[in-house]
Amino acid sequence: MQQFLEQLPIVVDALNDGFLQTLKLFAVTLMGALPLGLLISFCSMSKFLPLKYLTKTVIWIVRGSPLMLQLMIIFYGPGLLFDFNPWGGGENGRFIASAVAFILNYACYFSEIYRSGIEGVPKGQQEAGQVLGMTKSQIFFKVTLLQMVKRIVPPMSNEIITLVKDTSLARIISLQEVIWAGEAFMKGSRGLSGLVWPLFFTAIYYLLFNGVLTILLGKLEKKLSYFQA
Amino acid sequence: MAFLEIQNLVKHFGSTHVLEDISFTLEKGQVLAIIGSSGSGKTTLLRCINFLETPNYGKMRLNGETLFDAEDQATLKEDEIRKKRLHFGLVFQSFNLFPQYTALKNVMLAKELLAKERPDYKANKKAIHQEIEEQAKGLLVRMGLEDRMMNYPQQLSGGQQQRVSIARALAMEPDILCFDEPTSALDPELTGEVLKVIRGLKNSDSTMIVVTHEMEFAKHVADKVIFMADGVIEEWGTPEEVFEHPQSPKTQAFLNKENF
Repeated sequence: MQQFLEQLPIVVDALNDGFLQTLKLFAVTLMGALPLGLLISFCSMSKFLPLKYLTKTVIWIVRGSPLMLQLMIIFYGPGLLFDFNPWGGGENGRFIASAVAFILNYACYFSEIYRSGIEGVPKGQQEAGQVLGMTKSQIFFKVTLLQMVKRIVPPMSNEIITLVKDTSLARIISLQEVIWAGEAFMKGSRGLSGLVWPLFFTAIYYLLFNGVLTILLGKLEKKLSYFQA
Repeated sequence: MAFLEIQNLVKHFGSTHVLEDISFTLEKGQVLAIIGSSGSGKTTLLRCINFLETPNYGKMRLNGETLFDAEDQATLKEDEIRKKRLHFGLVFQSFNLFPQYTALKNVMLAKELLAKERPDYKANKKAIHQEIEEQAKGLLVRMGLEDRMMNYPQQLSGGQQQRVSIARALAMEPDILCFDEPTSALDPELTGEVLKVIRGLKNSDSTMIVVTHEMEFAKHVADKVIFMADGVIEEWGTPEEVFEHPQSPKTQAFLNKENF
């Protein structure tokens, strides 16, 4: 016990550093994938068929293969295939490669959620806007968008919570996120070694953060409950 | 020259012919009722007039201006169509109010968006908004909804929702107001209040086209009645002509069934 209490502050300090990287990856992915997903969903609903089918193929590849593999291909692929490393070296390079893989992957999932949300808004809403002389973009932003958002909050919440945990996959290319930081205490880190419990201890970070997210997303859902769509 | 002229309108959905050579005219201030059984093409005709469907053939003129000509590509441009739509208002069978806005905002929204295109918008923003709000409130009062302005659609009965949607259509000051079976989604006890409002509009000289199953209403409110069957106009005349002395066997059969 005495020993645990001595180790705890050192471990927590290291895990905090790791979790900061986790949070950074989470935030950057969200900021990139939320708008990119919308763009992809528009492409997948395009009336221009080549674009539509190209987009559907990309979504199929991205959703149909493991994210862990995508991370490795994006990080190592350019170097192995073309002898060229676009990511730069060190932790920063690993972070950029991870962010690219996560944004692409999550944008594809989000795009399908957006699509279901947009297609779920009754056609009569769009027609009502049309006969009132609104432009297409006015109809989207003033009529459809909020109804779509309301529809997609529950499935989006699911994806966002999954994303928090999925960031741990970046461990495969040695991004120094919280799992990496916990695991390091087995081999040796900050003067401690042979410790397994710090790895298990990382679960607390995920649980707490997802707890906060669940509350926030629940609040958003409640905020949109003033109307029926 | 008639106010509204529809000439030889044809609409196909694939190989299904929904409208075949529809022609009629309507004078300013008149109410036209379109009756007929389900699938006769009445709603499609109304949707063509409101540019929600593009006819395959035919012409549409309002007040001498050609709004639509299937052979003139210039009349089919999206931007042009948006402006031309404003000549018409459409009240839907299922209301289609915007659920995220209050009754008042539903009535104001399109007008506010349109006002942004005015050159003096920036300078007179406040006054313009005030004016739009006053107009919307006035319309809702006229619809008997003075206590319901701040309610969301889900808080209103079907009849109230339909009256809001009539106010919303009127806010754009259309030349012709169209109704697509405005009472078909309502409980029988609520149809009366909506029909009363439409009757009230007739007295204020609005030009209206009403697709309806309410025969009594068509008989007593309309100036002209069209009976449609299988995508063609079977009978067109005054209510007296159509209801009392129908010429076509199909009209006679339909009216017999309705009067059953």
